[in-house]
Amino acid sequence: MIMGIDLQVILFYLFSAVLVGAALAVISSRNPVYSALFLVLTFFTAAALWILLQVEFLAVVLVVVYVGAVMVLFLFVVMMLDINLVPLKEGFVRYMWIGIPVALIMAFELLAVMWAKGRFGTDQFPVPADRAADYSNTRAVGEWLYTQFLLPFEVAGLILLVAMVAAIALTVRQRKDVKTQKPSRQVRVKRDERVRLVKMKSEAPASKGGN
Amino acid sequence: MLTSLSLAHYLTLGAILMCISMAGIFLNRKNVLILLMCIELQLLAVNMNFVAFSRYLDNLDGQVFVFFILTVAAAEAAIGLAILVVLFRNRRTINVAELDDLKG
Repeated sequence: MIMGIDLQVILFYLFSAVLVGAALAVISSRNPVYSALFLVLTFFTAAALWILLQVEFLAVVLVVVYVGAVMVLFLFVVMMLDINLVPLKEGFVRYMWIGIPVALIMAFELLAVMWAKGRFGTDQFPVPADRAADYSNTRAVGEWLYTQFLLPFEVAGLILLVAMVAAIALTVRQRKDVKTQKPSRQVRVKRDERVRLVKMKSEAPASKGGN
Repeated sequence: MLTSLSLAHYLTLGAILMCISMAGIFLNRKNVLILLMCIELQLLAVNMNFVAFSRYLDNLDGQVFVFFILTVAAAEAAIGLAILVVLFRNRRTINVAELDDLKG
């Protein structure tokens, strides 16, 4: 408790401020590289908030999967594509006059529904007690996942496999002008294909006194 | 509001995140890359709600659902970016305004 405010509440507001600021930076950066980096910050802060909720497993998964894999993929693609940025930004100000009012109205409506009559307040949803020190969130999620959700879990693995095959199949490119070795053909080669023995008579040396 | 964290706090954060990414889709509607990033942000907003409800209702189903959303989102990002790379290779642009071959 600091000045009568719970430390958790302070941390929540701190992380929320960083999260919202980073999200705003994602959508307003001039350079997509900055956007991708701010998105990394957004996911990282979200993971911190989830740890505040004592959902540790998903927080770590969010960092590993999103920051570690998806965002690296994004950065890779952003830097690989040689994009002309100027035409992509035109109309930014024009659409601002539509986008920002729509977002504000949406936010107002959502918040009005949420905070009216304390629908989601602590009366309806009491603050959950802290987990015991030996409680393992990973173990709980794992047990739930491998018993109740076994089939969906397998299907998720299949989806990842299909995605991998699709991504490779989409981007693979056979180049015709590159010389490569084919080991299978090298191994299969027979002597007859490479060496030809020719039967012929031995030739006499050229006649003397020729040119 | 300052003494304890209610479910409404987390739902509000999710709602604000959703609105920001919505505005991002409006503002950056020419750049496919940023559109993909905004979709990731929206998924994060949804996940935030799932996780918060899971914790306040003391029900693990929400967390398992977030797990699956993360899986599908990773697959979606991989395929989306692959399509983007192929698109850029063929057209030399990722400007949505110039992608009008289908005349829709």
